[in-house]
Amino acid sequence: MIDFELSPEEKAAIEAAHKFAEEFMRPISRYYDEHEHEEPEEFIQKSMGLRSQGGVFGLGVAAALRVEEFCWGDAGLMLAMPGPGLGGAAVFASGTREQIERFLKRFGEDKPCWGAMAMTEPHCGSDTAAISTTAVRENNEWVINGEKIFVTAGKRAMEKSNGLTVVWATVDKSAGRAGMKPFVVEAGTPGVKVEKQEKKLGIRASDTVTLVFDNCRIPFENILGSPEVRKVDKTDTAGFKKAMATFDATRPIIAAMAIGVARAALDFVKETLEKEGIKIRYGLPRQKLTALERDVMEMESQYKAAKMLMLRAVWMMSQFKPNNLESSMAKVKAGLAATKITQKAVEILGPLGYSRKYLVEKWMRDAKINDIFEGTGQINMLVVARRILDFTREQLK
Amino acid sequence: MISFSPTEEQQMIVNMVKQFATDEMRKVYRECDESGEIPQRLIETAWGLGLVSSCIPEACGGAGGERSVLTGVLIAEELAWGDLAMAMHILCPSLFVLPILEMGTEEQKRKYLPMFCGAKFTAATAALIEPKFNFDPNALATTARKDGNTYILNGEKCYVPLAAESEVILVYAAENGQTQGFIVEKGTPGLEIKEREKNMGIKALATYELVLKDCRVPKENRLGGDKGCDFNRLLNCSRVALAAMAVGVAKASYEYAREYAKTRVAFGEPIASRQAIAFMLAETAIEIDATRLMAWEAAWMLDKKMDATREASLVKLYADDMVMTATDRGVQILGGHGYIRDHPVELWFRNGRGFATFDGMAMV
Repeated sequence: MIDFELSPEEKAAIEAAHKFAEEFMRPISRYYDEHEHEEPEEFIQKSMGLRSQGGVFGLGVAAALRVEEFCWGDAGLMLAMPGPGLGGAAVFASGTREQIERFLKRFGEDKPCWGAMAMTEPHCGSDTAAISTTAVRENNEWVINGEKIFVTAGKRAMEKSNGLTVVWATVDKSAGRAGMKPFVVEAGTPGVKVEKQEKKLGIRASDTVTLVFDNCRIPFENILGSPEVRKVDKTDTAGFKKAMATFDATRPIIAAMAIGVARAALDFVKETLEKEGIKIRYGLPRQKLTALERDVMEMESQYKAAKMLMLRAVWMMSQFKPNNLESSMAKVKAGLAATKITQKAVEILGPLGYSRKYLVEKWMRDAKINDIFEGTGQINMLVVARRILDFTREQLK
Repeated sequence: MISFSPTEEQQMIVNMVKQFATDEMRKVYRECDESGEIPQRLIETAWGLGLVSSCIPEACGGAGGERSVLTGVLIAEELAWGDLAMAMHILCPSLFVLPILEMGTEEQKRKYLPMFCGAKFTAATAALIEPKFNFDPNALATTARKDGNTYILNGEKCYVPLAAESEVILVYAAENGQTQGFIVEKGTPGLEIKEREKNMGIKALATYELVLKDCRVPKENRLGGDKGCDFNRLLNCSRVALAAMAVGVAKASYEYAREYAKTRVAFGEPIASRQAIAFMLAETAIEIDATRLMAWEAAWMLDKKMDATREASLVKLYADDMVMTATDRGVQILGGHGYIRDHPVELWFRNGRGFATFDGMAMV
C-alpha cells in the first residue's frame, strides 16, 4: 500500500537526530567552517552518544531521513561523525560474511572510528575504470602502489582512529574494469601515508586527503569479495559491477545529505519571510502569486521532488529491489535541487544571504559538493540515460 | 511505514486501465483529435470499467467501493497516457459525482447518484472556469444570491466539458464572496449553453461556454445544503487529478521520443547516442517520476482527510511546468518530424500547455 506515514519509532529517531543537529551542530557550524582543519573533538565525542539511537549511518528510510536532519544541522560535521562511511558501505556491499564481521566490528566499539573509500586519482575521477593504483600478489599478501586523492575522512580513518580505507586498485591493468578490485587497508598498515589535506569550497569540517601507497602490504584476505573471483578474466566485470552496486546504496544517502542542506536554506528563507509578515499563499492561482512566492514555491517543490525520489530509492533498497536507476535519479535530482535552492536562498535574502554572519552562504557552498561527489550530476545523468535507453556504455558515451 | 507499492487491487485496476488505454484509446486518438469526436462505443466501454461509479454507495445503487483519491490518481495517469481529451471525457461525470458523494446532503445523494449507476454513460459536469484574465477559483465573478427558497445564479463560465449533453451541472459561484456549488439541472430557465469551444488542444473533448442569467435553482440544490461544501478540498482533488494527468501526457511524449531517438540515425549512429538527446530524455524521466510521487503524496494526504493545499498546489504548479517541458522536448527530439501531424508529439505538446488552464476540469 502506498504510504507516507512514518512509524512512531521512526519519527522519534528522526526527531532525536533533529534535536542533535540543533543543539550540537548548528552552534559550532560557523566555527568549523572558518577553522578548517581543526578537529571538533567535543563534537566527535557527542556523536558517539548517537550510537544507541542506531548511529549515524544505516540502511532504510529512517536512516536516510536522519542523515537529512544531520545535514540540516551541518553537512561538514555530519561527514566528521565517526562511522563506517563509504568504506563501510563497500565492505557491506562486496564483502563476505567473515569480512563484514572482521572489518566492521570496530565501528561498534567505544572509541571513535572512521571508514573511508579511496577511488579517485590525480588523473581520473569519474572515469573510474582508468585507475592506475596497482595491487600485486606476493604469496599471502597484496602489495599496493599508487596515489589516491579526495579521500573523504581519510585522515580520520587512517591516522586518528583504528579505521580503514577501501582502496580500489587494479590487479591487471590490461584487463580494464575486470581487473579492478576493492582492498581493505587498515589504519596503521606500513606503507600508507596521509598527505595533502585539501582546502575546500565547503563541507570544511570534513577531512579530504591524499593517500599515498608505497609498497603497502596487506593480507591476502583483505581483497573484498569471494576468493573465487580473484582470477582475472577480461570479460568478467562482475567485480566492477559490484563496486558500482555500492553506489546504488550510497547515492540515495548523498541525495539525503543534499536534501538536508537544501531544507536548512529553505527553512531559513521561510522563517525570515515570516518575521517580515510575508506568508506564502499556496492556494492562489499562478498569476496572482508574487515573484517571491513563486520562487519560494519553486524551491519547495524542488525540495519535495528530490525528497520523493530519494525516499523511493532508499525504500527500494530496504525491500531488496534493484535500484540502480532510481538511486541515480535521486542523486541527480537532489544534487541539482540543493544547488539551485541554496543559490536562490542567497539571492532572495540579499545582504543577509551573502553575509558570513548567517549560515546561508555556507549552505550554498556546502550544497555544491552533493552535485559532485559519488558521481557528478552528469555521470549520474549518464547512468540514468543508459538505463532508460537500455544502452551500453559503448552505445552512449 | 513508507511504501511506494500500490495495493494488489490498485495494481489490477491500473493494469486494466492501461490495457484499455493501449487497446482502445491509442488506436483512435489522432483521428479523434482531427475530427473532434470520440466514438460513443469507446466511452461506453470505458464506462463499463466502473471507474466513475465504483465508489457510489450501495444504497444509491452503486458498487459501494472505497473512495480513494490515490486510486483515482493512478487511474487518471493511465487514462491521460492513452489520451487526455478522452480521459477528461470519461472522467467528466466525476466532476459532479465526487462532490455530491463527499459533500452532498443525503437527499442530494439519493436524488442524483443513482443516475450514474446504470449500464450507459451518463454525462454530468461542473462549471468553474470563467472567460476572463486573472481567473481565481476562490474569487469567482459568477454570483449566487439567496432569494427566499431559491438561489439566483448570474455569470459566465467556460471550459465546461460535456455541458450540452449533461443531465446536471455543478455550477460554482461566489456566495457572499465564498465559492459554493449549485446543482443546475438540464433545461433550467436562465441556463444557456453556448456553442462548442475551439481550443488549441484536447480537441476531441467537447467543451462549452455557458451563461447564467437570473438562473433560479431551489435552495436544496446548494451542494451540501446549509452546511455548504469544502471547496478547498474539491480544488485539491482537482489539482492532484490534473497533476497525475500531466504525468500521463508527459510519459506518452517521453516514451515516443525515446523510441524515436533510439532508431533515428544521424551521423552514423542513433541520435540517442548523443548526450544532447540522451540527457533531455534522462531529465524528463526523472521529472516524470518526481511529479508522480509528489502527486501520490498529496493524494495520500487527501485520503487521510488532511489539508493538502500546500502539497496539491505545489505538485499542480510543478506538473504544469514539467509537462510543458517534457512535451516540448518530445517535439524537439523529433525535430522537423515532430512538427508534422503524422507523429503524435505535437498533439501532446498542445495538450500539455493546457494544464495551466484546466483548473477544475478533472477530479479524482
